[in-house]
Amino acid sequence: MSDEKKNGDFLDEVTSEEYKYGFVTDLESDQSPRGLSEDIIRFISKKKNEPDWLLEFRLKAYRHWLTLEEPDWALIHHPPIDYQDIIYFSAPKPKEKLKSLDEVDPELLDTFNKLGISLEEQKQLAGVAVDAVIDSVSVKTTFQDTLAKHDIIFCSFSEAVQNHPDLVKKYLGTVVPYTDNYFAALNSAVFSDGSFCFIPKGVRCPIELSTYFRINAANTGQFERTLLIAEEGGYVSYLEGCTAPQRDENQLHAAIVEIIVMDDAEVKYSTVQNWYPGNKEGKGGIYNFVTKRGLCKGKNSKISWTQVETGSAITWKYPSCVLLGDHSVGEFYSVAVTNNYQQADTGTKMIHLGKNTRSTIISKGISAGKSNNSYRGLVRVSKNADNARNYSQCDSLLLGDQCGAHTFPYIKTGNETSTVEHEATTSKISEDQLFYCQQRGIDMEKAIGLIVNGYAKQVLNKLPMEFAVEAKKLLEITLEGSVG
Amino acid sequence: MEKKIKTIYPLEEILFKHFGEHTDEWKKSDHPSVTALRHEAISYFEKHGFPNQKMEKWRSTNLTGVYEEPLEIFDRHVAFDKKLSDIFLCEVHGFNTQVISMLNGSFYSPENHEITITNEGVIVGSMASAFKKYPNLVEKYFGKISGYQDDGFKAVNAAFWRDGVFVYVPDGVEVKNTFQLIKILNQPNLMVNTRNLIVLGKNSRLTFLHCDDSVNHNTGLTNTVNEIVLHENAELELYKLQNLNDDSALLNQTYVHQDANSRLKVNVLTLNGGMVRNEITDQLNGQGAESQISGLYLMDKEQHIDNQIFVNHNVPNCNSSQLFKGIMDDEATGVFNGFIYVARDAQKTNAFQRNNNVLITSAAHIDTQPHLEIYADDVKCSHGATVGQLDNEGMFYLMQRGIPYSDARMLLLFAFADEVISKINIEALRISIEDMVKRRLRGELSICDRCVLHCSNPEQPIVFDIDISKI
Repeated sequence: MSDEKKNGDFLDEVTSEEYKYGFVTDLESDQSPRGLSEDIIRFISKKKNEPDWLLEFRLKAYRHWLTLEEPDWALIHHPPIDYQDIIYFSAPKPKEKLKSLDEVDPELLDTFNKLGISLEEQKQLAGVAVDAVIDSVSVKTTFQDTLAKHDIIFCSFSEAVQNHPDLVKKYLGTVVPYTDNYFAALNSAVFSDGSFCFIPKGVRCPIELSTYFRINAANTGQFERTLLIAEEGGYVSYLEGCTAPQRDENQLHAAIVEIIVMDDAEVKYSTVQNWYPGNKEGKGGIYNFVTKRGLCKGKNSKISWTQVETGSAITWKYPSCVLLGDHSVGEFYSVAVTNNYQQADTGTKMIHLGKNTRSTIISKGISAGKSNNSYRGLVRVSKNADNARNYSQCDSLLLGDQCGAHTFPYIKTGNETSTVEHEATTSKISEDQLFYCQQRGIDMEKAIGLIVNGYAKQVLNKLPMEFAVEAKKLLEITLEGSVG
Repeated sequence: MEKKIKTIYPLEEILFKHFGEHTDEWKKSDHPSVTALRHEAISYFEKHGFPNQKMEKWRSTNLTGVYEEPLEIFDRHVAFDKKLSDIFLCEVHGFNTQVISMLNGSFYSPENHEITITNEGVIVGSMASAFKKYPNLVEKYFGKISGYQDDGFKAVNAAFWRDGVFVYVPDGVEVKNTFQLIKILNQPNLMVNTRNLIVLGKNSRLTFLHCDDSVNHNTGLTNTVNEIVLHENAELELYKLQNLNDDSALLNQTYVHQDANSRLKVNVLTLNGGMVRNEITDQLNGQGAESQISGLYLMDKEQHIDNQIFVNHNVPNCNSSQLFKGIMDDEATGVFNGFIYVARDAQKTNAFQRNNNVLITSAAHIDTQPHLEIYADDVKCSHGATVGQLDNEGMFYLMQRGIPYSDARMLLLFAFADEVISKINIEALRISIEDMVKRRLRGELSICDRCVLHCSNPEQPIVFDIDISKI
């Protein structure tokens, strides 16, 4: 009895833990009127001074979007989204053209300092090139000179449209066409900015590239688009982090990430997603509907997705690999944590098209409070994918008796030489493990932290060092003590 | 969802026409509750129509071809004019069963004993007669656990069923004989809707063998709904044996309600059949209930098998396991959709699920979806699925000991299948099934258009051409 009470206290402590990124920055922003129409799309396009072909692309996507219906197959519940009540474009108002970091709006720098990403600090200590995106408009990209030496292009999407239109035109929408799904069509119509990265032939990117996304303005939706291309023999490790202020209303985030990898190239894409998850009654929070897909176009190419999902009221996200080139490799490592009333329906798709393609899926779900956490994944082996190999492992950990953990794998195999294996378990933290730790003088809370971290270690180890530390901390904040 | 333009298939038109023409006539003989159910079901069907591939449960099974067949809705009673053995030549050697037969969807009995009751009070017979003779007993259970919603075929069955088998085992009775239900279609182009109800009272026990067979190469669609109620501490062993011709379609929906400490054992053996779909929904509604559902499917040519297994743990302390294994040859396609649902507070649940498949050719295709939906924390649930080929090392081991390739392959395939076969408790049946599977693996059974059970004969056992002494 006293144990239960103690656990209850822990739960209270944890659930009352403030979302520490929930502040609002007083940035003046430039906004479009509410609602969505062809005029709004023209407004966004004009504001960004875009070429005609891009406007055409947006309008085509918008017209297609109008014919679609919001998908309802995921295990998530939310009130209907009023797409006419969203501000589709919001940019921090530029005071004047920026020349160096010192000229960046001090309020903005403050925001990033609060987030723990001091642009200055990162620039000097970590050697990470940062592209910061606020309300889906890129505000500052660091380390341009170093990257330029290697002919690597890393800039905001809008800059890429202005400076490298041929590259953008060639690859935009080739992996995630605007017809792909409801949210991809919406994003293709209204995307405001994002990051663009091009690794030329034979270049191994010497530093880790990173984008920080932040939603700041109220009533806005965030729609950014990332396009990453690695030419033959290229390599890049790309990190993405996200936060948003604490607000009572739900905000929509519908992003697209496209990755194209040529012969012998490798892209490692890591995400630490910590959008505002809503308060403990489930009010507010970000609806995170994201389409991420990588195309292993060349032989021996490799894409590795690593994600730590702790935020968002709703996560709907399936980073996928299309393994087209022979001998290409796809990997997916995920830790998804849900607490309170959060809902996550996340997983991956591995589409084996080429011969001797391999994929690995490691997914760790942790649910606490009254949340629901689902893994939904597809492994498809097409007829010509000889000797394709897949191994999937999906584990779920339940903390408390009010939450849910679900596994929905889809395996479609059409080749007799392929081997597909799927394993999943669902359990709670073992009493024996807890007893073992406590017996050795580790208190309940620390023991749980230890066990959960150990449980997620397989995935956390795949993260670059800077992120691994952050992810570990995040896990602790979200989970400590929430075991009953 | 309402926006989509609805296609009316020929078969749907036939069904509506048939319902319109016969509803008054049916009303005269039906129990009022059945009439009400028929009308509710037909209006559900009018609204939703047949299932399509946009539905999660029907994603991988396309029945459009069947919907376009001009089938005859067959619900007439067939008078007994031949010996049963002329139509059906089924016996398992050394295995005594009480045979119940159905021909083209109606109960078929040599002495016109539509329904019988034993000294112990076990009632077996035609569903239609049972409704007349024991209306209160039947009405208490009929349609209660399956309903008519969720699925077009379920609604069609509820609206059009005319007969089926009713079995009632009273409290405390252990039935010694195995009941064997044989269902045959012997006329071309029929759609048959049958409905079976099995009720087991407290502490009772029953073994039931359910055979679906074809006796010729006619096209046909069988749409069966089975309702099974297991009261406290009852035990049911259910074997489903499916060996149909390549042009037939079989839809089998089974709904089980389990009370406390009841035990269910289901074994589904699909050896042949153009399109076979087995949907089993098991509701564990009493603490301590156990369910063990296993299946084996050996498909070749252009056959399609679809196994949909839903096990719902609604209360704490229940155990369930699912094991399905399949061998897919030629251009066969298969679907396994296993679902474990654990309700909130259904603590101390143990639920396991496994699906293993072997693909023999590159044209064969298998979709497997082992799903878990869990809302309780003190549970042990796991699932596994594999799709692969025969173990190379195993093949090498056997071949280096002088066993020819084809025999080695057969041995390994048989070993793969044996995990399911060995779960059959009745020895005579197990031996007979082992025999059939061996034949099937040698490609003999698919050309046999007689009943599968007949093929096995202890005087002429099937052996592989292997000299065991050399191994």
